Amino acid sequence: MTAELRVVWLLAIRSVRQALRRPQMLAPVVLLPSVFLVANTGAAGRAPSLPGFPPVPAFLDFELPGIILLAATLAAVPGGTALALDVERNFLDRFLAAPMPRAIAVTGRLAGIGLVGSLASVVFLLAGVLFGMQLQSGPLGAGLIVVLAGLTAAGFGGLGAAIAIATGKASYVTGSFPLVFLLLFLSSTFFPAELLRDPGATIAAGNPLTWVADGMRGPILNPGVDLQTTLAAFGGVAVVGVIGAGSAYIALRRRLVATA
Amino acid sequence: MATAIHTAGLCRRFGSTDAVDGVDLDVSDGEIYAFLGPNGAGKTTTVRMLTTLLRPTSGVATIAGYDVIADAGAVRRLIGVALQQVALDPLMTPRELLELQGALYRLSRAEAATRRDDLLERLDLADSASKRVMALSGGMRRRLDLAMSLIGRPQVLFLDEPSTGLDPISRRAVWAEVRELNDSGTTVFLTTQYLEEADHLAHRVGFINGGRISLEGTPETLKRQMGQTRLRVRVAEGQRGAAASQLAAFGHVQSSDSDWVIVALRDGAPAVPAAMHILHESHVSVTDVDVQQPTLDDVFVSLTGDHLAAPGAKA
Repeated sequence: MTAELRVVWLLAIRSVRQALRRPQMLAPVVLLPSVFLVANTGAAGRAPSLPGFPPVPAFLDFELPGIILLAATLAAVPGGTALALDVERNFLDRFLAAPMPRAIAVTGRLAGIGLVGSLASVVFLLAGVLFGMQLQSGPLGAGLIVVLAGLTAAGFGGLGAAIAIATGKASYVTGSFPLVFLLLFLSSTFFPAELLRDPGATIAAGNPLTWVADGMRGPILNPGVDLQTTLAAFGGVAVVGVIGAGSAYIALRRRLVATA
Repeated sequence: MATAIHTAGLCRRFGSTDAVDGVDLDVSDGEIYAFLGPNGAGKTTTVRMLTTLLRPTSGVATIAGYDVIADAGAVRRLIGVALQQVALDPLMTPRELLELQGALYRLSRAEAATRRDDLLERLDLADSASKRVMALSGGMRRRLDLAMSLIGRPQVLFLDEPSTGLDPISRRAVWAEVRELNDSGTTVFLTTQYLEEADHLAHRVGFINGGRISLEGTPETLKRQMGQTRLRVRVAEGQRGAAASQLAAFGHVQSSDSDWVIVALRDGAPAVPAAMHILHESHVSVTDVDVQQPTLDDVFVSLTGDHLAAPGAKA
């Protein structure tokens, strides 16, 4: 392992430790999606009988990928907040004064957020199976969902990191993440695209989160892995990643220039 | 002796404010150089430029011959930095932090583990190695911060106000460590508001005020040149006036509300016997006497007309 990869790995582990050692940081990743899951499956459990609803064994099987996606996107909140605290406490200076590429501070944090998002997806998959969800595509599908969740978390983590680096204030990170819900509700994350009305349906069709949600839902509802849906999901992840991670690296560069 | 730190005309402007305004500096290998000055004098800004954390507006700065802008990577490999505000993650343990810092300085896993254990032992942190930073005292955090700055065996160590906010015992421990590091060949550049710290540690001091170095030299030379030996005598009741008028021949008599009459001796300590003799001849009854050697505070006062902080005072 190169020195750079080792630092990225240690920073990723650090992110997980931070989340576990400050349980309130896990609330957006675990607690909030759990509440959503319970509320939605409880209140809308009969939704699959609606005309136009895609055939599913149970509403839980439809809803769980959306909950995993919610957890993955919200993993950016504790990750971004922790990075903002690094800025506030000058801990970021440790990375900037070390003989390492300076971008490693961002890369390590994004890897950490991705790891937290992946672990959250494992927790929800296990919870889903425990409550009767049928994972049609087996371990391969589960692995695909975990990878997609991790990459989505890292991408959204980039947005959190960008806000953290640009403002240096944790409150700005936490305050800006209700916007995540807007993006999720304008996608097929919680509702089948077939039931959306325009302009919502049109927006959802072009929303990368729809592609990711469908890519996560496929392995649960169908045996095997559909190549086209999976490629679209990775395309969605790529869009989120380019925008998120790109913003974070630009924010770091601007910060270095501002202090340069 | 080779030059560890060199600056020429180093400037840094923030908006219309010149935080550092033409600093010329040469620190030799193996030297402890203390940068003295009040808050806002430009100490931290200078350190941030020398450690590649801030780009100079103009001027030149090199560390061991490497330019801080053009060869920033090489500079970072040679230096260790402990900034003014202890930069630690409160949720991590000293062991984890040192492991991460070792990786940041490209030490192999085994090398980092050995170095980590050495530093924990050396800085008296071994018993607290697995506690979270939030559970450590201020002194322990400062020592951990110092340990992290040492992980890469720096050739040049920058310490920005290393003992600010520490209790006297922790401060002495940090001083002892700095001395030991220097004895092993590390060049130390430290900033401080505490004259006692500079006097105790530094081979040379530079006074910075308003972004400029106003005076530089060894503590002894500066005290000899700029400071004055003070004679303090306590006299019997009603004799303060007589004592003050007799002692005025030896230097400036400073006002005092107490029984003590204080004179800044123009000719230094050799004038003490003559001063005592004239008091005796004038039938002034001296009940106590005290000779105070010049301090760096005298030097600072003569430069700025103001005092710097005492180590116990809040920064």
